[in-house]
Amino acid sequence: MMESLIWGYIYPNEAEIQWSILIVLYPYITGLVAGAFIASSLYHVFGKKEIKPVARFALLTALSFLLVATMPLLTHLGHPERGIEIMFTPHVTSAMSGFGYIYSFYLIVVGLEIWLSFREDIVKKALNSRGWKEVLYSALALFSYDISEKALHEDEKLAKRLAIIGIPSAAFLHGYVGFIFGGIKANPWWSTPLMPIIFLMSAIVSGIALLILLYIASMKIRKHAIDHKCLHSLAHYLWIFLILDFTLEILEIISMKYESLERIDIINRLLSDKIATTFYGVQIGLGIFIPFILILLVGIIKNRETLKMIMIAISSIFVVIGVFAMRWNVVIGGQEISKSLSGTNTYVPVFFNLEGVLPAIIILLIPFIILSVLTYILPPWKDMEPEE
Amino acid sequence: MNVSRREFTKIGCRIIIGAAAGSAVIESIVAKGTASQDPPGDYDWNAHYWGYVIDTRKCIGCGRCAKACKLENNVPFDEPVYRTWVERYRVLKGEDVKIDSPNGSIDGFDDDIPAEEVKKAFYVPKICNHCDTPPCVQVCPVGATYETKDGVVLVDYDYCIGCRYCIQGCPYGARYFNTERKTADKCTWCYHRITRGLLPACVQACPVGARVFGDLKDPESAVNKILDKERINVLKPDLGTKPKVYYVGLDREVK
Repeated sequence: MMESLIWGYIYPNEAEIQWSILIVLYPYITGLVAGAFIASSLYHVFGKKEIKPVARFALLTALSFLLVATMPLLTHLGHPERGIEIMFTPHVTSAMSGFGYIYSFYLIVVGLEIWLSFREDIVKKALNSRGWKEVLYSALALFSYDISEKALHEDEKLAKRLAIIGIPSAAFLHGYVGFIFGGIKANPWWSTPLMPIIFLMSAIVSGIALLILLYIASMKIRKHAIDHKCLHSLAHYLWIFLILDFTLEILEIISMKYESLERIDIINRLLSDKIATTFYGVQIGLGIFIPFILILLVGIIKNRETLKMIMIAISSIFVVIGVFAMRWNVVIGGQEISKSLSGTNTYVPVFFNLEGVLPAIIILLIPFIILSVLTYILPPWKDMEPEE
Repeated sequence: MNVSRREFTKIGCRIIIGAAAGSAVIESIVAKGTASQDPPGDYDWNAHYWGYVIDTRKCIGCGRCAKACKLENNVPFDEPVYRTWVERYRVLKGEDVKIDSPNGSIDGFDDDIPAEEVKKAFYVPKICNHCDTPPCVQVCPVGATYETKDGVVLVDYDYCIGCRYCIQGCPYGARYFNTERKTADKCTWCYHRITRGLLPACVQACPVGARVFGDLKDPESAVNKILDKERINVLKPDLGTKPKVYYVGLDREVK
């Protein structure tokens, strides 16, 4: 059975694929975090008023996914109990050693940003509720109840500064994940300086698409009208970043093919055989091309808001699937080609296994549970549901 | 070297049979239990810098090195993990190149292609290159893998977190995941032996002297004698890893 999964010659130690579907999830989840955060900064930093309805919701989304970002990694480690050593004794020449610090720093930035932008609501709740709620919100308010005009203005200024720090840290968090792969000279499919920026663009794309889907879904659940201006604005940014994302991804392939270095034969084999469907079909076709056309049409079609909303929703679904395929094609694709450049292996995901599909699904579902808890404690709805 | 496929196999078989008698002896040497990786107290690691030469023209593909390695270092026989292995390259008359290394060569090789279709054939032993600028050491996030003063790349099994980044970072496929220890694992050049004045098990087991081990700091060492006179190459020199496994007679097909 083993033999049929292998084509050509792979090094004997390559029979086992080391990084499983869980490691596909890791860049996927951090990408969603970075993307959602950057979407919220469109309002917080760049003052795009159309985005305001979802700006705080986007922060909560970012936090929900950020909280699970370490889970696939820890599950995958041979010695999860030693994982903390990455913080205590980081080996600085390793791209991976920065993870603990970058992650923690970013968690603090997102946490503070959320705190500042919800502080007024928290204080009001603390003052107006009794019992455990009073305790909870007072604690969340850090027992500081100053919500004077001046204090709120200070909050806003600080929040903006934080978001300004937040953008490069979001970019760094995810660009760095790209470098974990891009910096591996041993792997002909990974090793490219474009990797961090490709990761970043696809992160933004996936984050915006996720935000669109969560926005539409929560408005449908709460039976509230959708702010089409906000939706179209998000779709507009999604479209722009799709173009950037596509340009970089295709540039990488074109230069690899044009330069035709020693690795080209195995890269061609990878693209035309191993990941042909997931690359050309899902990542490029479904994940970029179709959404690009649909959102373009949304920009052209007049009125017919429901149709446009459906088109945007479909585009967003395709985009989040497409970006998942992109992570898959990088992480799994890179391991399916042998470093001998003479053969390929096949990754066969298992379902019930610590590194299987089931834990991956569970890890992907947890952020949605966290998000519903977070939105219960810190409802962002009044931004999204203006009183008419 | 102008040896036909048939002759090539014939010579190989003769040597295997001849050496088979000695196999019991070697097994008794290597099966003396797990030695500690730590060097003895009087060993001065500043006094040595180890190097390894592989003469591909001599290798007969008997796979005794790969077997001796697994025995010596308790590498599981029932898993596809190897600290050293032998690759067979067969350039066919139609210019196709067929490369294989079934079970890392431990069980030898089958004649699955008729000799008349083979233009030339050769064996290439592979092992960790103990690079001077090892990418595996570079990428380890906690510093659990390191280069010793005497030039050997080792793994600290009590420190490795099992992220497998080093396995991804090695261009030569020399690392594997030890499912028992749940850490990365690799060739140590038999550090427990070389620090006691012995040869690595694979070198000791080679019946034709295709594997040579020695001290690069010692001008009279077996490796320096070859390096001083032969034309040598290393694997994937373009990656800048500066391997300390030097090859004699390396074909362009070998990666």
